[in-house]
Amino acid sequence: MVQEDPKNMNYEPIIGIEIHVELGTLSKMFCGCPADHFGKEPNTQTCPVCLGLPGALPVPNKKAVEWTMLLGLALGCTINKESKFDRKHYFYPDLPKGYQISQYDAPLVRDGVLKLKVKSHLPANTTHQALQAGKLKVEEEKSIRIRRVHLEEDTGKLQHAVIDGKRVSLVDFNRSGVPLVEIVTEPDFRSTEEVDMFAKKLQQIVRYLGISGADMEKGSMRIEPSISLRKSEILNPKSETNSKFKIQNSKLPDYRVEIKNINSFKFARNAITYEIERQTEMLEHGDTPTQQTRGYVEAKGVTVPQREKEEAHDYRYFPEPDIPPMRFAQEQIAKSKEQIGEMPDEKKERFIKEYGLSEYDATILTEDRLSAEYFEDAVKCQKSKARPPARQVKSQEVSSKTIANWIINKKVDRASVTPTQLLDQIIIAAQSVFVSGDELESIVTQVLDGNPKAAREYKNGKEPALMFLVGQAMRLAKGKSTAEDLRKKIIELISK
Amino acid sequence: MKMEIKALTIQSALAGLRTKQFTAVDVVGACLTNVKKFNEDYQALLAVVDEDVLMAQAKDIDATDYSLPLSGIPIVLKDLFTSDGIRTTAGSKVLEQYVPVFDATVVAKLKAAGAIIIGKANQDAWGHGSSGENSDYTPTKNPYDPSRVPGGSSSGSAAAVALGMCLAATGTDTGSSVRLPAAFCNLVGLKPTYGRVSRYGIIAMASSFDTIGHITKTVYDNALICEITAGKDAYDATTSEIPVPQYTNKLDIKLQGVKIGLPKEYFGLHGMDPRVSDVTRTAIKKLEDLGARIVDVSLPHTSVAMACYYILVPSEVSSNLARFDGVRFGNGRETFGMEAKRRMMIGTYALSSGYYDAYYKTAAQIRTLIKKDFDDVFGAVDVLVAPSSPTLPFAIGQKSNDPVAMYLSDIFMCPVNIAGVPAVNVPCGFVGDLPVGMQIIGPQFGEERIYQIASIYEKETQWYKKTPKI
Amino acid sequence: MSDTLTSSDLAHIAKLVNLSIDADQYDLFSSQLTAILDFVSRLQEVPTKNIAPTAQVTGLTNVYRDDVVDQPRILTQKDALANAHETHNGFFVVPAVFE
Repeated sequence: MVQEDPKNMNYEPIIGIEIHVELGTLSKMFCGCPADHFGKEPNTQTCPVCLGLPGALPVPNKKAVEWTMLLGLALGCTINKESKFDRKHYFYPDLPKGYQISQYDAPLVRDGVLKLKVKSHLPANTTHQALQAGKLKVEEEKSIRIRRVHLEEDTGKLQHAVIDGKRVSLVDFNRSGVPLVEIVTEPDFRSTEEVDMFAKKLQQIVRYLGISGADMEKGSMRIEPSISLRKSEILNPKSETNSKFKIQNSKLPDYRVEIKNINSFKFARNAITYEIERQTEMLEHGDTPTQQTRGYVEAKGVTVPQREKEEAHDYRYFPEPDIPPMRFAQEQIAKSKEQIGEMPDEKKERFIKEYGLSEYDATILTEDRLSAEYFEDAVKCQKSKARPPARQVKSQEVSSKTIANWIINKKVDRASVTPTQLLDQIIIAAQSVFVSGDELESIVTQVLDGNPKAAREYKNGKEPALMFLVGQAMRLAKGKSTAEDLRKKIIELISK
Repeated sequence: MKMEIKALTIQSALAGLRTKQFTAVDVVGACLTNVKKFNEDYQALLAVVDEDVLMAQAKDIDATDYSLPLSGIPIVLKDLFTSDGIRTTAGSKVLEQYVPVFDATVVAKLKAAGAIIIGKANQDAWGHGSSGENSDYTPTKNPYDPSRVPGGSSSGSAAAVALGMCLAATGTDTGSSVRLPAAFCNLVGLKPTYGRVSRYGIIAMASSFDTIGHITKTVYDNALICEITAGKDAYDATTSEIPVPQYTNKLDIKLQGVKIGLPKEYFGLHGMDPRVSDVTRTAIKKLEDLGARIVDVSLPHTSVAMACYYILVPSEVSSNLARFDGVRFGNGRETFGMEAKRRMMIGTYALSSGYYDAYYKTAAQIRTLIKKDFDDVFGAVDVLVAPSSPTLPFAIGQKSNDPVAMYLSDIFMCPVNIAGVPAVNVPCGFVGDLPVGMQIIGPQFGEERIYQIASIYEKETQWYKKTPKI
Repeated sequence: MSDTLTSSDLAHIAKLVNLSIDADQYDLFSSQLTAILDFVSRLQEVPTKNIAPTAQVTGLTNVYRDDVVDQPRILTQKDALANAHETHNGFFVVPAVFE
């Protein structure tokens, strides 16, 4: 990796990204066709609007506008009080109207910052002792500026085929018109890892807000990094905190390479890493990479030049005349802000403080909103005196930490175990520790005496008989012991 | 049966049907007779619905008590109106085989009101033109003089009404396209307020200018159709929630106290046919005699209105015609005619990088000024009156190779579209056998007032009774 | 200000708007489009500093639809494809485009 070896520090990657997220609204952006297009029969979810039939007109989806604002606010951005849609023109068979309704100079959202905790770029001579002594920070906060967040419509989908010996493309417009949010960052990333962290964090926030599945594999989240390299000059490469002394060459390179066609986090990492290597090699050979769009080829792990959709990128934007402009009052923006709810980082901090969880546990529990909610529901159940205990379970104190441990370590299936049931399980497990050995022995003895045939069978090597005996013992134990303890005791007594 | 279709209006037809003097089958049959008689010579219609289908529809209406507002009224649609199952070409070869699978909102409303759709009218392809000569098919001829143009772009719509092929025809008005053919064919043509009538399903020319109007013989008929077609449409975000008045109940007023402004820029125009001026002056005198106060007003940015129009409209045209790529419908882009290509090229240039500020943006700024001219003037007067065209219907071929000369036919009309206000053309006399029209222009959503003034004038003059000698 | 359109300007514009201009039409287009540009150039005489552009005349703002599926308007696959030049297994067919 270029940035970790000082010998290669001559070139510093400058990366900006565009992320597209398909919103999970019920209907499309400008018409009432279903927005969920995944795996549907081709061209079965279209209407005159998203098929671009003559005379059809767009009417914007209110929820999509609200959700875009919500995302903007969650990313700490500013909502433009005056916004509008614009037409972006280019010709491609998957773009039915010959223009995409997008936003140009007045996006819904602008100017925000997302903070990442990134590994510090430690000097190569850093000693283990220095790290242990806490002299150097292993993590530092990195701010990624968000330039804008805007709302647009997705295109149809193309696939390639050979029909009667002729190479053709097939077009399906089910995806045409699905609401698409585009998040554009400033070129603030300096490594593949930073991009990876940002993208995952964005995905997490989007999922927290419940506005999209943001699934890379399904294409409902897409990353397009733009990469260039610039020479970074280091005054004193031996300095402990080189970032302070590094002369920030503030001029951006006069080219950038945009990479498309990435459909997983892994491919994003691979594509960026490959591209940094490719450009480094070129620069080291005295060549300058050219401004271009490249596609990632997953099978080979390389990027290749893409033929441009249109030679000159002259999109001839102008205000969409079919849609009245949008104006937002301060109160409305404030109201949206209230709807955001707690974002992952805040939640994590609160879990640490409020429940005394470790950073590790808090991070895992707040990874997605549902598991965080599940944990808190279980904690609430515990605290609530009103909780009717299950028949055989006595009420008992369980710490939040124990609940967290159970959820994390036992990989609880949230769909089949309610928080109340989880709590019961925990209590049973806890109680089983306190069942006395005598009690356990008396239960097992009873079972063996009552089922001599099964006991004999097990002795003769018939394993299923053991299962039967454990079942009988469980019934007698009424939940006060675990199957495992009972099994051990049965084997012990039979073997005697 | 007591019926002379050429003299029949919607109002008299409904009265005749409801009092059983004749049937919808009679009315539709008479229209079809005229279609057969005149269409080959005048080229008013591009498609006619099958006679059996029409007669069956008429019979169904005859089985009712004609209580719907347009029960059994034969109507022709401009070919920009998407009509389910009826070929819709926009007057262009690009859509020669296009048969839509849905109805425009206005078409659905007309059908629901009991109207019978006879067929689709010829027009300048895509609405690009003022004469009908830009039809990719055969140009339409003026029923008052077949050597002359009927006005465009709703050329076939006006000719069809004048020829008695229907009792009303729909049209679109982006710069003049309803009013000019109405003026050239002695008919009443409404360009409603932008946003008054849904554009959903009407093939777009310039989206922020397009208005959906119609052509009839009388003001009453016109107001009646407007009541039916106007109103908020959930499928058109630019339609207004403002309630639609019952215009037909409010036509009878007195002109006393009504203030009419005459834009001085429209009357001093170089190149104005003095005979048209005279006819218009006489009509204005009539309005004054009826009690109106006539005052001179100014629309100071008139001289740049056409330039503004011919940047903004082609810009939107270049965008709206981008969807015609021959993939989902229609033929390929090579089938576009010359005028469509010209407008797309100009519009693309005006929007392209490096020229956007000088052309599109400057024109959009001037649009602000022109709109303000109208806002200001309607603070002082109730309506404006102006000639509809600087000339009489001109000879076929006279302007067809000079786009700029052709554009100037619309000089009194385009500013109205730039501002988005309503206007109606009313017949106001003749020069020989050639009709002259007058425009009454109102403030935004002022349809009621312009209909009232037009109606009073029409009652006094009854120019509509002078039908073509065919 | 008035621009004269050269052949290469015309070719560039035609390409942007996906039109092909026949070789024998270049002169006609060039002269007609130049005449139109000359005609509209008078706009430059009007002072427009600090004038906001007008893109729409309705005065409407914030017009939306609720996020509901509009079942009656959805076309069947057959209707969606009804006017297409070429179809295959429910898809529209176009000449191969390079991805």
